[in-house]
Formats: sequence, structure tokens, C-alpha cells
Amino acid sequence: MTGPEVVTQRKAAVSVRGLTKTFGEGEYAVTALDAVEVDIRENEFFTLLGPSGCGKTTLLRLIAGFELPTHGVIALEGRDISALPPHRRPINTVFQSYALFPHMTVAENIGFGLRMLGKPAAEIRQTTERMLALVQLEAMAGRRTDQLSGGQQQRVALARALAPAPKVLLLDEPLAALDLKLRKNMQLELKSLQAETGITFVFVTHDQEEALTMSDRIAVMKSGRILQIGSPRDIYDRPTHRFVADFIGDINILDGTIESLDNGIASVRLKDGTAVLAQPGTATAARPGAASIAIRPENVRLAQAGETPTVSGTVENVVYFGAATNLHIRLATGEQMVIRNPGAVEEGRYRPGATIGAVLPPELIRVLE
Amino acid sequence: MADPATAVASPRSAPRRRRMVRDLKAMPGFTAMAWITIVALYLPIMVLVAFSFNENRSVVLWTGFSLDWYAKALENDGIRNAAWVSVKVALFATVISTIVATMAALATTRTRKFTGQGLVYGIINQPLMIPEIVTAIATLSLFALVKKLTGLNGIGYLMMAHAAFCIPFAYMPIRARLETMTLTLEQAAADLYAPPFKVFTLVTLPLLGPGIVSGAMLAFVVSLDDVIITLLIAGPGETTLPIYILGAIRRGITPEINAVSTILVAVSVLLVMLLFFVQRRMQR
Ligand SMILES: Nc1ncnc2c1ncn2[C@@H]1O[C@H](COP(=O)(O)OP(=O)(O)O)[C@@H](O)[C@H]1O
Ligand SMILES: [Mg+2]
Repeated sequence: MTGPEVVTQRKAAVSVRGLTKTFGEGEYAVTALDAVEVDIRENEFFTLLGPSGCGKTTLLRLIAGFELPTHGVIALEGRDISALPPHRRPINTVFQSYALFPHMTVAENIGFGLRMLGKPAAEIRQTTERMLALVQLEAMAGRRTDQLSGGQQQRVALARALAPAPKVLLLDEPLAALDLKLRKNMQLELKSLQAETGITFVFVTHDQEEALTMSDRIAVMKSGRILQIGSPRDIYDRPTHRFVADFIGDINILDGTIESLDNGIASVRLKDGTAVLAQPGTATAARPGAASIAIRPENVRLAQAGETPTVSGTVENVVYFGAATNLHIRLATGEQMVIRNPGAVEEGRYRPGATIGAVLPPELIRVLE
Repeated sequence: MADPATAVASPRSAPRRRRMVRDLKAMPGFTAMAWITIVALYLPIMVLVAFSFNENRSVVLWTGFSLDWYAKALENDGIRNAAWVSVKVALFATVISTIVATMAALATTRTRKFTGQGLVYGIINQPLMIPEIVTAIATLSLFALVKKLTGLNGIGYLMMAHAAFCIPFAYMPIRARLETMTLTLEQAAADLYAPPFKVFTLVTLPLLGPGIVSGAMLAFVVSLDDVIITLLIAGPGETTLPIYILGAIRRGITPEINAVSTILVAVSVLLVMLLFFVQRRMQR
């Protein structure tokens, strides 16, 4: 089910086993999560990535305790917490809507968790001050939360959730409401905050770029299931599913048939009869029969003079971006392929209609599930 | 309608709409209509208030300004007793009905959805539709039965009756407030280690405050102004201000009645204005 993972010694902060959540009954039943399995390690920045409606929020709400599982178990540091109410779980949430208490000041909001834990007043004051400094809102301590900008409210929500030093911090699309520039800043701040505090972050986003830049590991979700878990490089370079490959970055996908398997390397025959070698990421992907192969545009190379091309096609379009050039070619199979930065591109070198050959390095081609 | 430019949201549609409003105002007779409405609503009250300041005994012939009738009214034991009964009953009814309405509102909005929830809303609000005289007779029959069974008497019956019919009035603003409050804030509090009771006292209740205040004020005004139910339920020595006024009118209208009525109007208007103010604040 999951791709190749780097084995580490860190133990699991949150373990999720066979987690299923169904809303409604009978014909109106919606399965928001379907037998989800995941281990989130201590001190890691873990991201749940997937399109809207795939169940990311539901998974967070189950971990926080706002919903109870239909089936399955959630464990925190090895202890089953599935049945504990939210206030008994040492886990805090940064809500998408921030959910700041409008009848309390910024400082009272931040101190709320510690107050509920029965900490002495001096400690609450100290920690609140430290948190205010951490998110650079010292000057706002006495303000009401509706007097703050969106970015400032965001930081208060973050400080409030961090103040009780939870074992795990859950963040549900915390940056979605911010404008682009602020979002970029907050991405960096969040990342360094996570490193500083050493708290396990479970971060939800539907933005693949955000996931790639911030995460230690990413779980890609679709329709209530986790398709692949891995480091940003795993996910980007070695996608296991067609959905994952499509969802993250640009990729060329060609249809074919697996003819044989040798030492874990598949020989795939494309629709025009060309045979290519490719790497299946999972056992399911390695099954003989119809298969899709994928290669990133930047991994395709133009054939040099005298070199045998893997595939050949006709140039349809040359798109110049400044930093990169994309060459769109139509293959003999009838499928389209994009080649990024095909060597040094002199102006006017490739014209629509020209026939060219491309080399696909076998180690960079993936067979998808 | 026929002009497609008004149907499509375009930058031009805003000024157009403003022009339409101006057009409506410019319609012949618009201003006159507005004035007629205001006069129809307030002329009787203005006459009542004006004559409460009359020097003369007449309520139709103006002779000069004086505050004599107010002084008389305030010295009148009957009026003072009635006012005291009114306030006592209204306060009791307000407290009880607001507590019950708050619990009912919480039960209908802050619990898991249950079958028949719509029916419950209906049942709570139904007394607003039932003719008051029917409620009055029903309450009277019930109390007659209770009195016969227990032998108890006293102002408690009147207080209970008021508390009961005030519930739907108190319920409406409280439920309206709860429905605009998302559950997220309460979940955030629970997430920050607040046990259910603390969530309620530290988050739900403070946020619900404006709704509860509106509900209580509405209940107070409704109880203070009630005639029909009070007329049937109230025993001897339990005369409220509206009932006293009703009785006094039978003996002939004097500016003293105008003065008392004016005070009653002033109190109601004041409370309603306060209510608007609270509701304005709670919209923020
Ligand atoms: N309380 C609920 N009642 C019914 N359906 C729900 C509820 N919460 C979520 N869902 C459904 O579960 C699915 C996953 O939702 P969600 O977890 O919010 O997705 P995401 O956060 O990835 O956008 C959606 O189809 C959504 O409609
Ligand atoms: Mg969501």
C-alpha cells in the first residue's frame, strides 16, 4: 500500500489502525475515511495532502476527538485514545477558522489551555508572554481578537494551541485564508516553529507545493483512503499511483502493457509497440497486464545524434517560460508528451511539425497502480 | 425586469438600484403614505401622553401644562400596589421563563439531531399562535384543579402563569443567538482541556449572554403588559397595573390614568430600545 520508506528509529507519536468513519445511515451514508492506516512519527512535520472532500479534516477531527471512529483505533504514543473526549487528549488544534474566543483578549486566549490544566497563575503569565514573543504579538496582548488582522489571528490561534505544549499539534489548512505573500512567510515560520518546539505537527493542505516545501513526510489521500506515504522526494520522484502522480507536479503518463518482470524491473510495451523498462512502486503495479507508466517532463531528454531514441514524435508546441522551456510532442502512440528544458534551446531551433526522438531513462520511469 | 442589464450583476447595477430606490421615494404620495402610517401608529399614544400633562381634569379639553396627575398617581396606593405586583410577577416570570427557555434552546440546538426536533420547535412556539383567551381559560381550568387538590392559594399561580406564557418569547432570541454560534468555539475550548461544564460556563454562556438578555427583556415586557391571562388568573389583592387601569377606566378616564399609562409606555419603550441596542451589539 505504501511506497518504499526510509526506515528510522523514531517511534510513532500517533498510530492509526483500520480507521473508518461513516457519516449518516442507510442510503445517505458517506464513508469519509476508509480503513486508514498511518504511523505519524515523533517530532515530524507530517502532512495530509489531497483534494477537497477526501477526508483530511475528518481524520484530524478523529485524532482530536471531536468525532468517534466507526471502526478502528487511534493510539497516542502506544496508548489507545480512541474513546477519550477531546479535553483528555494532550493534542491541540489550530482550526481553519481560527476559532478564537471573541470575548477574551489575545493573552486570555493564549492562556486558556494552561488555565484549564490548572497551572499556577505565574506559570500561565510566563508561558503566555513566551508564546506572544514567539509569534511576535507582544504589543497585542490586551487586544480583543476582532481587532486583529487575519495573519495576526492566525498567529494567536497558533500560540494558543502551542502554549500547553501538546504532544501533537493538528493544523487544518491554517494558511488557506491568508494572501500569497503572508502564506509564504507563514510556511517558513511554521516550519521553523516545528523544529524549535520539537512538537509533532500534523498539517492538512490541498496545496501540493505547500506540502512539498514544508513536510518531513506526506500522506496523499483520495476518497477517504491514503494512497501513498513518503518523503516529498518519494512522493514526487517515485509516485505509486496514477492519482498521486497527476496530483503532484506535471507528469507524462503513457498507457501500455507489462510483458515481463525481471528483478523487479518491468518491461512495458507501449501502444505503438515500443518496449520500455520501468520501475513498479508497488506489488499491485507490478502485476502483468494493462499498466500506466509515468515520467516527469524534466527527466525526458532529447536523443543526441547517433543515439537511439526510446520514443519519437512530432513537435506540436514550444512554450517558453523564461526559466524553462516546454516542448510538447505528439508520440507515434498518439499520446502527448512534454519535455522540459530539452538541452540548450536556441531560439527557433524546434519548430512545430519537426520530428524528434526522446530518451526516457529507465530508472526514472515509474509503473503506476 | 425586462432590462437584462439589471438582471446581470455588473458594476452598473449598483447605481441603478440606488436610482430605483430614489424613484420609489419620488412616487407621488409616498411621503404622505409614510406620514399616515406613523400618525395611525402613534397619534393615540401622543394624545394619551399629551393629556397626562393636562392641568384640567378633562382628557379632551387642553387648558394648561402640569405634573399634578403624575404626583397624584404616584401617591395613589392602588396604583402603587398594582405597580409593585406587576414588577414582582414580571421579575419572577422573567427569571423562570428565561432559565427554562435557555435550557430548551440548548436542548434543541446543542445536542445531536434527534427525530421530531422540528416538532419540538413547533410545540415550544405554538403558544404564540394560540389565541390568548384560550390559553387563559386553559390555565384557569388547570389552576382550579390544582387549587382543589392542594387547597393552596396565593399570587404563586399568577406568577406561574406568567412564567409559562413568557417562555416562547424568551426562547426565540436565545435560540436565534445559538444558531448563529458555530460549535467550533466550544470544540476549541474542549480541545484546550476544558471539561464540558467549563466549556458551558466559560464559552457557551458568555457568548449566549446577549441572547439571554434579549430573551429576558422580551419576557419582562410581555409579562408587564399582559391583560387577558392576568384578568382571569389574578385573585384579590393581585391586581397588576394594566388590570388596575382597566378597572379605573370603568369609573371614568382621568388624566391620572393617562399618567400611569404614560409611565407604562415609557418603561416598555425603554426596554425595547435597550433590546435593540443589545441585538445591535450581538450582531458584531
Ligand atoms: N459531519 C458530517 N456529516 C456528513 N458528512 C460529512 C461530515 N463531515 C464530513 N463529511 C463528508 O465526508 C467527506 C470528507 O470530508 P472532509 O473530511 O471535510 O474532507 P476534506 O477536509 O479533505 O475536504 C466529504 O464527503 C464530506 O461531505
Ligand atoms: Mg477540510
